[in-house]
Amino acid sequence: MERWSLIGIVLSVSLTVRWAVSLNPYSGAGKPPMFGDYEAQRHWQEITFNLPIHQWYFNTSSNNLKYWGLDYPPLTAYHSLICAYVAKSINPEWIALHTSRGFESLGHKIFMRATVFVADLAVYIPAILCYIHHCEGPERKKISSMLCALLYPGLILIDHGHFQYNSVSLGLALWGLLGLLFDRVLFGSVAFCLALNYKQMELYHALPFFCYLLGNCLKKGLKGEGLIRLIKIALVVLISFAFCWLPFLTSLQQSLQVLQRLFPIDRGLFEDKVGNVWCSLSVLLKVKKVLAPATQVWLSFAATLLTLLPSCIKLTINPSLKGFKLALVNCSLSFFLFSFQVHEKSILLAALPVLLLLHEIPFMATWFLLVSTFSMLPLLLKDGLLLPYTVTSLAFLLITTTFLSAFEKVSLEDLQLEQFSQGVRRCIPHFIIPPCLAKLAFLLSVIAMVVLSLISATQDPPPQLPDLFPVLVSLFSCIHFLIFLLYFNILHLSEPIYKKPQQKVI
Amino acid sequence: MAAPSERCWNWLVPLVFGVTLLKCLLIPAYHSTDFEVHRNWLAITHSLPISQWYYEATSQWTLDYPPFFAWFEYLLSLIAQYFDKEMLVVQNLNYASDATILFQRLSVIIMDIVFSYGVLECCKCVNRRKESKEIMERPAFILAVLLLWNFGLLIVDHIHFQYNGLLFGVLLLSIARMFQERHLESALLFAILMNFKHIFLYVAPAYGIYLLRSYCFTENKLGGSIQWKSFSCSRLFALGFIVFSVFAVSFGPFISMGQLSQVLARLFPFKRGLCHAYWAPNFWALYNVMDKILSVIDVKLQLLDPARLSKASMTGGLVQEFQHAVLLSVSPFATLVCTLLSIMPAVLQLWLRPRGPRGFLQCLVLCALGSFMFGWHVHEKAILIAILPLSLLAVENRKDAGTYLILATTGHFSLFPLLFTGPEMPIKIGLMLLFTIYSFSALQALFRRERSLTNLPESIYLSGLIPLEVICEIIYPLTAWQQRFPFVPLLLISVYCSLGVTYSWIKLYISVLTEPGTDKKMKAQ
Repeated sequence: MERWSLIGIVLSVSLTVRWAVSLNPYSGAGKPPMFGDYEAQRHWQEITFNLPIHQWYFNTSSNNLKYWGLDYPPLTAYHSLICAYVAKSINPEWIALHTSRGFESLGHKIFMRATVFVADLAVYIPAILCYIHHCEGPERKKISSMLCALLYPGLILIDHGHFQYNSVSLGLALWGLLGLLFDRVLFGSVAFCLALNYKQMELYHALPFFCYLLGNCLKKGLKGEGLIRLIKIALVVLISFAFCWLPFLTSLQQSLQVLQRLFPIDRGLFEDKVGNVWCSLSVLLKVKKVLAPATQVWLSFAATLLTLLPSCIKLTINPSLKGFKLALVNCSLSFFLFSFQVHEKSILLAALPVLLLLHEIPFMATWFLLVSTFSMLPLLLKDGLLLPYTVTSLAFLLITTTFLSAFEKVSLEDLQLEQFSQGVRRCIPHFIIPPCLAKLAFLLSVIAMVVLSLISATQDPPPQLPDLFPVLVSLFSCIHFLIFLLYFNILHLSEPIYKKPQQKVI
Repeated sequence: MAAPSERCWNWLVPLVFGVTLLKCLLIPAYHSTDFEVHRNWLAITHSLPISQWYYEATSQWTLDYPPFFAWFEYLLSLIAQYFDKEMLVVQNLNYASDATILFQRLSVIIMDIVFSYGVLECCKCVNRRKESKEIMERPAFILAVLLLWNFGLLIVDHIHFQYNGLLFGVLLLSIARMFQERHLESALLFAILMNFKHIFLYVAPAYGIYLLRSYCFTENKLGGSIQWKSFSCSRLFALGFIVFSVFAVSFGPFISMGQLSQVLARLFPFKRGLCHAYWAPNFWALYNVMDKILSVIDVKLQLLDPARLSKASMTGGLVQEFQHAVLLSVSPFATLVCTLLSIMPAVLQLWLRPRGPRGFLQCLVLCALGSFMFGWHVHEKAILIAILPLSLLAVENRKDAGTYLILATTGHFSLFPLLFTGPEMPIKIGLMLLFTIYSFSALQALFRRERSLTNLPESIYLSGLIPLEVICEIIYPLTAWQQRFPFVPLLLISVYCSLGVTYSWIKLYISVLTEPGTDKKMKAQ
């Protein structure tokens, strides 16, 4: 079969699945007074459409910041404004100031779902197709990877089920990566700046971008070409930031207010039950209560910095593309595990770079992606997304094992651990990792996830421990993520450093 | 035989699992009144004695399937009571709790196991001449996808809501048994199938004639003509016994209660109109449109008094009783005659020049198409009886593949009006694209050494479906005409598709009648 028909099939499958998931309820459906993220997005349309731009981030008589106040960077606000214009042309009631609060109807649901669908189709999906299209490997395998990557359940469930626009920010970040891949550094920098200005969470990815670009310039020599390049990049970044923030640069007060909205220190170390270290530690020690808030901030900052430093240093010294992807995983995972104010949805930021490794390390990537979806289970259950969660996760497991033979690729070579095991063998001569051990661990982990999902969906927790199941889920995920962090760090640090090639002429 | 069947299983499992997961994803989607129909039947069979099954009329959706289907509903109701007892109360009209939806949807999904088994058996019958190393390019694989992922079956069963997967599974199994020369088993399965849903009566002529000609007569003369002396009475008796006992088991209880006429009246409601509310894309759709055009012309030429035109004629398409203004009105008997005439050549061909199971399958498809073209009150869903068996022919023969592509694409497109709700629109378009792209590219790859499977006019006609969809479902509802003439999009779709269906019917007919020689491989037993 021809390539284009295969791509057409992949696209129609992934679009159909996305829309089928969106038939399910969204977050906060029919739950007054606060509703959920769906209402937040609708409310932002209402605010941006009806209020002058300098009031968007301020608490005024017509903009109650306590009720889903805007706390994303300006690009999100502009996006809401565009959506609001479309909404206005269909039904002005949807965005009427004050009176539209908590508006829900079938027509509105279709409209909102369609905005996510369009954003996904316009930004994220082409980026994934473009990335995999330029990977190495036979045609068949590429198509299979496209299908698997596009059917990653986590993103589909959060964007098209729970309701958010992660595909925009993740897609823009991916375009940034593609820019670096094709050596269109300036394009890449602009795309990533846009991603950052869409969602501040993209800061998780910022350090690898910075280190890669810096490393690249250093390689070219800081005295000649490299310096010019660095200045160019810096200029481009500044200009694109200024462009996004233009309306808010009129006064210092405006900019500070936006920044304060974006980084709310007072919201605590973590929210709900997250599969990160602080939440898991709270089982033993109530970190939130024992430590002063300022200490919490510093502690989390230090821990994050310590864990991501090795990968970043390595990337600066040896800015390879492979290393760049691994550093993206490591940094976002460190942020997720150790940083301040983490949401369970932030795991998507780590999942994106892992998706890019799916065709290279199918076994570990599949495992990670399944765990990452599982870690959001309590949230998905709250939204009534049990059915699509089960179906898409099983489907993902099915297609990765069928098309990428993920379950078979467990040799040291497939796991890319040869360098590491050679290194270890110098100290421990008989060191081996038996392939069946990896398989067994994977199987056990999948079974545990199935059992935990079943229990949380069907059983009532014991009355004295109402949060038992979410805590178990986050503990389970946290342990996995720590192991994955270790694995991907080993992978990155054991990557051989290539000497600069001799031909300097070109 | 063991080795190929083992090989079959390996790749079939992900295909079946994949489509099952897709079906599960469609559980919250829209379901039509057929959902309530089946819920009502669950309630009737569960809570009433057998003697009242065909008399109960609390709901307007009375039981109008043959007894085996009623028994099937009864068995389902035994499990249903553990999901939600309320759905089994006859008076609970339009009851659709979450548990009820889950149960009914799951019952359809699980009964599709029968369908998957039928597909597996059919895949074993595919001619292995074109064995390719690449699994995805083998005819058996392509056939499995064309059947398991069939667009029509997916939306009719898993969105609209019906149990066609189960029924077509039995049909495919019976066809496969015919290919495997297990004739009695095939007859048994088909007799059972007819007692599940009597619409399969349409293809019964193919079964009857084929079994009589190629099973009861054990030998042929040298030229392939009939050897009268070889008639085997024992075979005829065995066949007759099987069919008779199946019908006896099914209808016996009702005959003994003296209810046969009531059951038959429920099964064959001729009070309905010539065409369904939405015209199935068949000959009568063209006939009605022709009538309308002629009446408009006649009124313009003042040959016809506008006062004589009945109101129904002017708003046609929404009213079931359609009064023809110029052309003759059609009676049920006339449609029966037309149907019989239309299948006559195919049946004669099957009798005079038997070509083994392949000829039987061709005749079966032609019977299904003939009755679809000319039948009384045909539903658009009935096109699946032709499309699914034609898939088997399509993977073996280049010409049939071309016909299949036209018939499947237009037939499936004509199912679009079944799903008219906003949220389901992207799903039906996505699934349609998925199936159409796959069927075109896979069949093209299968016959890759030859030219394109469809010629230029055919391709132009098929691409015309895209603007048609855009106009009918996106642009037209935004115009002011939607209020005054809401039936126009349905009419356009139905007429446009009926052209394609008619064309592929004629094309298939010509290719069957002109196919050279008898199949040499057919063994005279």
